[in-house]
Amino acid sequence: MIHLTVNGKERDWDALPGDTLLDVLRREGITGVKKGCGSGDCGACTVLLGGRAVNACLVLAAKADGAEVVTIEGVSSDGALHPVQESFLEAGAVQCGYCTPGMVLSAIALLARNASPTEHEIREAISGNLCRCTGYVKQVEAIERAAARLRGER
Amino acid sequence: MREPERRAFAVVGKNARKVDGRGLVTGGPLFVADVDLSQALIVKMLWSPLAHARIVSIETSEAERVPGVALVMTHANTPPTRHTTAGQGFPEPSPYDARMFDTKVRYVGDRVAAVAAETEEAAEAALTALRVEYEELPAILAIDDARRPGAPIIHDEADATGIYDARRNIVADVDIDVGDVAAGFAQSDLVVETTCETQYAQHTPIEPHVTLASLDAEGRLILRTSTQVPFHVRRIVAQALGIPVSRVRVIKPRIGGGFGAKQEVLLEDVAGWVALRTGRPALFALSRAEEFVSSRTRHPMRVRVKLGATKDGLLQAIDMEAVSNTGAYGAHGLTVLANTGSKTLPLYNKAKNARFTGQAVYTNLPVGGAYRGYGATQGYFALETAMDEAAEALGLDPIAFRRLNAIRAGEGSPIFEKLGEGREGVPQTVKSCELEQCLAIGAEKIGWSAWRGKRERSGSWVQGVGMSIMMQGSGIPQIDMGAATIKMNEDGSFNLLIGATDLGTGSDTILGQIAAEVLGVPLEKILVTSSDTDVTPFDVGAYASSTTYVSGMAVQRAAEQVREQIFAVAAPLLGGDRQDLRLRGGEVVGRAGAVSLARVCERAMYETDQFQIGATASCVPTESPPPFLANFARVAVDTETGFVRVLHYVAVADCGVAIHPRLAEGQLEGAIVNGIGYALTEEMQFSSRGRVRNPSLFDYKVPGALDALRLDVALVDSYEPTGPMGAKSVGEIGINGPIPTIANAIYDAVGVRLRQTPFTPERVLAALDRAGVGAE
Ligand code: FES
Ligand code: FES
Repeated sequence: MIHLTVNGKERDWDALPGDTLLDVLRREGITGVKKGCGSGDCGACTVLLGGRAVNACLVLAAKADGAEVVTIEGVSSDGALHPVQESFLEAGAVQCGYCTPGMVLSAIALLARNASPTEHEIREAISGNLCRCTGYVKQVEAIERAAARLRGER
Repeated sequence: MREPERRAFAVVGKNARKVDGRGLVTGGPLFVADVDLSQALIVKMLWSPLAHARIVSIETSEAERVPGVALVMTHANTPPTRHTTAGQGFPEPSPYDARMFDTKVRYVGDRVAAVAAETEEAAEAALTALRVEYEELPAILAIDDARRPGAPIIHDEADATGIYDARRNIVADVDIDVGDVAAGFAQSDLVVETTCETQYAQHTPIEPHVTLASLDAEGRLILRTSTQVPFHVRRIVAQALGIPVSRVRVIKPRIGGGFGAKQEVLLEDVAGWVALRTGRPALFALSRAEEFVSSRTRHPMRVRVKLGATKDGLLQAIDMEAVSNTGAYGAHGLTVLANTGSKTLPLYNKAKNARFTGQAVYTNLPVGGAYRGYGATQGYFALETAMDEAAEALGLDPIAFRRLNAIRAGEGSPIFEKLGEGREGVPQTVKSCELEQCLAIGAEKIGWSAWRGKRERSGSWVQGVGMSIMMQGSGIPQIDMGAATIKMNEDGSFNLLIGATDLGTGSDTILGQIAAEVLGVPLEKILVTSSDTDVTPFDVGAYASSTTYVSGMAVQRAAEQVREQIFAVAAPLLGGDRQDLRLRGGEVVGRAGAVSLARVCERAMYETDQFQIGATASCVPTESPPPFLANFARVAVDTETGFVRVLHYVAVADCGVAIHPRLAEGQLEGAIVNGIGYALTEEMQFSSRGRVRNPSLFDYKVPGALDALRLDVALVDSYEPTGPMGAKSVGEIGINGPIPTIANAIYDAVGVRLRQTPFTPERVLAALDRAGVGAE
């Protein structure tokens, strides 16, 4: 049994030995967290752990005991999309959408620590999130837009 | 061009929000495995450890006794029907050389046996408990060994059909020509010949293949699966399992990318069999390593191109010869091969004499399949390299040389008719071709004249620019079919039901836009449902760059029929003539006034001569208008390390009217970045016994956000008169560009030709060494 705060709610969930945070989240119905490799190479399983973007497939569930986890499901509030989500839709940064939850969370983590990232900093922040559909152009643009939005410029 | 009509588009040509965007961006439970799996059995496959062997025996009793194991499957207890896994139109042009489980394994990663168990651990334990005795056979691990006399025969089974020459491991053979190639070369002042080779590459959709099979209350098999071809899956699963099509329902939810890998029936037969035998839901999901090894790959090819031209630069003859490695099974073997010629040679129709010959051969290596570009990618590497060499030898600017020889609007090519989808093609005249514009804009954007031949140096790095052009098609003429159903609701909204398969491309959105345009409503009034074989009309699925053009035309026709029905109901309400009616802003507008669509539907549903306003329409295209693309790249080559960096990539496309410009750009951007990976880093590597050595996203390097810098994509103004709203395709063409463009740019920078992909530092250094151009 592990104790987690997931998207603001306290949870006590069963964890088998060897379970990763990704396994537990998906089993408990938090399926916005995706699995693309299970080995830390694709970023589809990105969640915020204590505010930092991490690959949930690399975190042993037992190690996450007591942690605060935010997944894509916890990003919008009362049906209102997060500015990063809005910008992803506007910019056409979503194709199949399988990488999108992870990419959005990496962007949110970036913008929380850097309100005006350069293009290079944006690319660095999402460099662990592989996307095979988009070529990254529109995702970078979306994150730039989101940054401007969060700074109150748009 | 019908300019006035185009300017009047209300929904088409605009960047609407994707109809499925909100669900995707909020992480909704939209993908195959996002449902409750707590009751599902877990399916695991035992993959062959050997490249070529006969299965002497499989001892399953111990595996069956593992607690939690529900079913163990081998060749002994599953249907033996030979079929193809290639999701193509029926009858498929691929050989029937696969069985659910066979008595022979033909590559490391082939199916041996499968288990279904309560948990992953139990399934793994059962796999370990299987005792398989193999009789190892000599294996063919190189394309050149396949046709050698005395080579082992990979498909020696008696019941395989559709193989060109099984005893010589030849899956398919193509040999066509137009004009007189020998005469063409004889009258040429210059002849160049080049041979290029491409590697094993994998699609790596970020969602690996996954299928959830279950039975409904009536015992029908429901397959919720990540596929590009739901209707082909239904047919092929029914065939493989020996059950009627009516007993299978295929649901395609949201799909995490496909790129051709999911134009294949890889999991559905086994998951389906488990559900049928056990009555339990069954989840079969490939791991990333399994996706690399045991799904599908791009056919590696060796392509030789010989060009003949006169001094003034007019091509007289093109001779292209391809050898394609289809791996252990012949999925898409013939058609990918044929495409290598049919999608490339018509581009240079000034060469009146042309020939394409080729063979696809079996090896004991992973299986080739459909992969975005579908043979054209491999062909363009050789063709555009040869064009670059010829331009240089003639002292012509490569852009000018291509301009001189490329097809134009109003022209055709006899190749269109001679070579089609693995059989004869369909004659066609190109009606839209804005290659000129593409070249002009692209040259300007890259700074062609500023960089070309300048070899700007910075330390050991040298820069150069290169270019290439290409065409693709829009669907498979007289074979592909798409259908659409539209029905009206009483609030003036419409359901659009399409078998077309949105796998991330945005086709639900653009097909919705086409319907909205015809029906005069905003996109929000079109409720799009795609790909459920019980609910939506037939469509071949997402491949061959067909969806916008073929399914789009079906949608347009269905919407036009619905519009006529609406007019018929509205005419008496408006008291005017039907000819004067228009659909605009959610209303039927006539001379005498307007009536809302809601009112029209209410009348049809509840009041007078009641009927459901709705229609189904189909499209089987009679031609396949090519989109065109001009590519330019500026690269830097490190003469010390051999490292190549793409500094700037420009791609300018003519895809007709872009129904949704941002999505069209996104198709190009994604394809180009995928192509850059294919050009520079992506390569499946094999051990001496045929085992894939790098089946992970760590060891097989696909481009990340830091690898893909400065990519400029532009769409030119174009209108395809035969397409829905003037559109043609855009899905595949982009991936053909990077290899020849980067190769030609490397040549401009350092004067060496790279003829084997990917252009790794080792290969570049070796080429530099051979040419004596190494670091000073
Ligand atoms: S699933 Fe965690 S990084 Fe790929
Ligand atoms: S949108 Fe498909 S992987 Fe990124």
